[in-house]
Amino acid sequence: MAGKPKLHYTKGRGKMESIRWLLAAAGVEFEEQFIETKEDLEKLRNDGVLMFQQVPLVEIDGMKMVQTRAILSYIAAKYNLYGKDLKERAWIDMYVEGTTDLMGMIMYLPLQPADAKEKNLALIIERATTRYFPVYEKALKDHGHDYLVGNKLSWADIHLLEAILMAEECKPDILSAFPVLQAFKGRTSNIPTIKKFLQPGSQRKPPPDDKFIASVRKIFNI
Amino acid sequence: MAGKPKLYYFDGRGKMESVRWLLAAAGVEFEEEFLETREQYEKLLQGGSLLFQQVPMVEIDGMKMVQTRAILSYIAAKYNLYGKDLKERALIDMYVGGTDDLMGFIMMFPFLSAEDKEKQRAVVVQKATSRYFPAYEKVLKDHGQDFLVGNNFSWADVHLLEAILMVEEKKSDVLSGFPQLQFCDTFKQKMFPGSQEVI
Repeated sequence: MAGKPKLHYTKGRGKMESIRWLLAAAGVEFEEQFIETKEDLEKLRNDGVLMFQQVPLVEIDGMKMVQTRAILSYIAAKYNLYGKDLKERAWIDMYVEGTTDLMGMIMYLPLQPADAKEKNLALIIERATTRYFPVYEKALKDHGHDYLVGNKLSWADIHLLEAILMAEECKPDILSAFPVLQAFKGRTSNIPTIKKFLQPGSQRKPPPDDKFIASVRKIFNI
Repeated sequence: MAGKPKLYYFDGRGKMESVRWLLAAAGVEFEEEFLETREQYEKLLQGGSLLFQQVPMVEIDGMKMVQTRAILSYIAAKYNLYGKDLKERALIDMYVGGTDDLMGFIMMFPFLSAEDKEKQRAVVVQKATSRYFPAYEKVLKDHGQDFLVGNNFSWADVHLLEAILMVEEKKSDVLSGFPQLQFCDTFKQKMFPGSQEVI
C-alpha cells in the first residue's frame, strides 16, 4: 500500500473534485498531476493508462482506476465511509446519486451556451430546493442524527456538504428554507479533516473561471 | 425477504433494462408495474414512493430503491455478482461504468429525429469499436479467462453482454474485430439462457 494516491486531472473541479473531498475527509494525503495541455492528455492516452481514454484517473493501491463512481466507491469502502452493511450501502448510494445529479447540473453550467445559462441556473435552484434538499432535510430530521446513514459519518454526508457549498455558490441563501441542513453544514464543516480541506492552501479547487473553461474546451475538444 | 422485487417503470428498456438483466441473470423472479398514464406516475409521486421524484424505482427487501446505479449495486452484492473483495469490486465498477456510458449513447435513440438517429448510430458504432470494445477485448485477452473479473461470473459480464447486444442492434457485425467478445457473447448466452432481451 506504499505511496499516496495520485490524481490525474485538470487543475480544476470537474469530476475529480468529489474524489478530492472524499480523500481529504478520510484524512488521506494525495498527489496530483495536472493536465494542462492537449498534449498532456494525449500522452496519458498513448501510455495506455486510461482504460476508456478518459480522466479522472487515480493511481491507488497498484491500480490505475478510472470512472469516477468506481473510484469514489473504492475509496469510501477502503476508509470505512460506506456504512456497515448492504442496506446502509444502498442508502448511501441512493443519497450520493442524488447529490451527483445535482452537482452534475452545476458542473456543466459553464459549458452551456450563454443564452441557456440563465434558464439552467434557474432550473438548478429549483431542483436543489424542491427535489434534492427536501430529501436530505427530511432524512436528517426524521432520525435526528448528525449523519445521513447509520448515525456515523459516511460518503453520503461528505458528498452532501460538497453539494450544499456548490449550490450556495449559485445562490448564497439557497439553504434558507432548510434549517436542518444549515445545522448539518455547520457541524460537518467542523470535522477536523474537512475543516482543514475548507481552509485556503488546501487541494480544494476554486469554482471554474472563464480562463479555466477555455483551457478545458481546448484540452478535451469540446 | 418475502415477496419478489417489484419494478416500477415504463413498458420499455430505458434505465430499467439493466436491472431486469441483472435480476434475470441472478435467477431472481420479479414483478413489474408499468407506468402507462400520467395519473399512475402522479399517484406514485403523491404516495411518497419516489425519493427524488424519479423512476426507476424497485421495491426490494422492504426498501423503495431509486437511482439505477444504487439498485444495481445492491442486487449485484446481494446475489454475489460483485466480486470477492474490494479490488474485484473496483474492477467491476470500472467496467460497468464503461458499458453504462456506451449504453447511454443508445438509450436516447427513441427520442431522436430520423436524421439525428443516423448520426447517433454512427457515434455509437465509433465509440463502441474504438473506445469500449477494445478495452474489454484486451481485459479478456490478457488474462485468458471466460469472465471479466476474478474468473467468476459477475455483474460486469451481464452488463457487457447487454451492451454488446444493444450495439449489435445498431450494426449487426460490430463484433467482427473482437474475437474475445464474440466468444463471450455466445458462451454467455448459452450458459445463461435466461439472459434474453426482455423486450
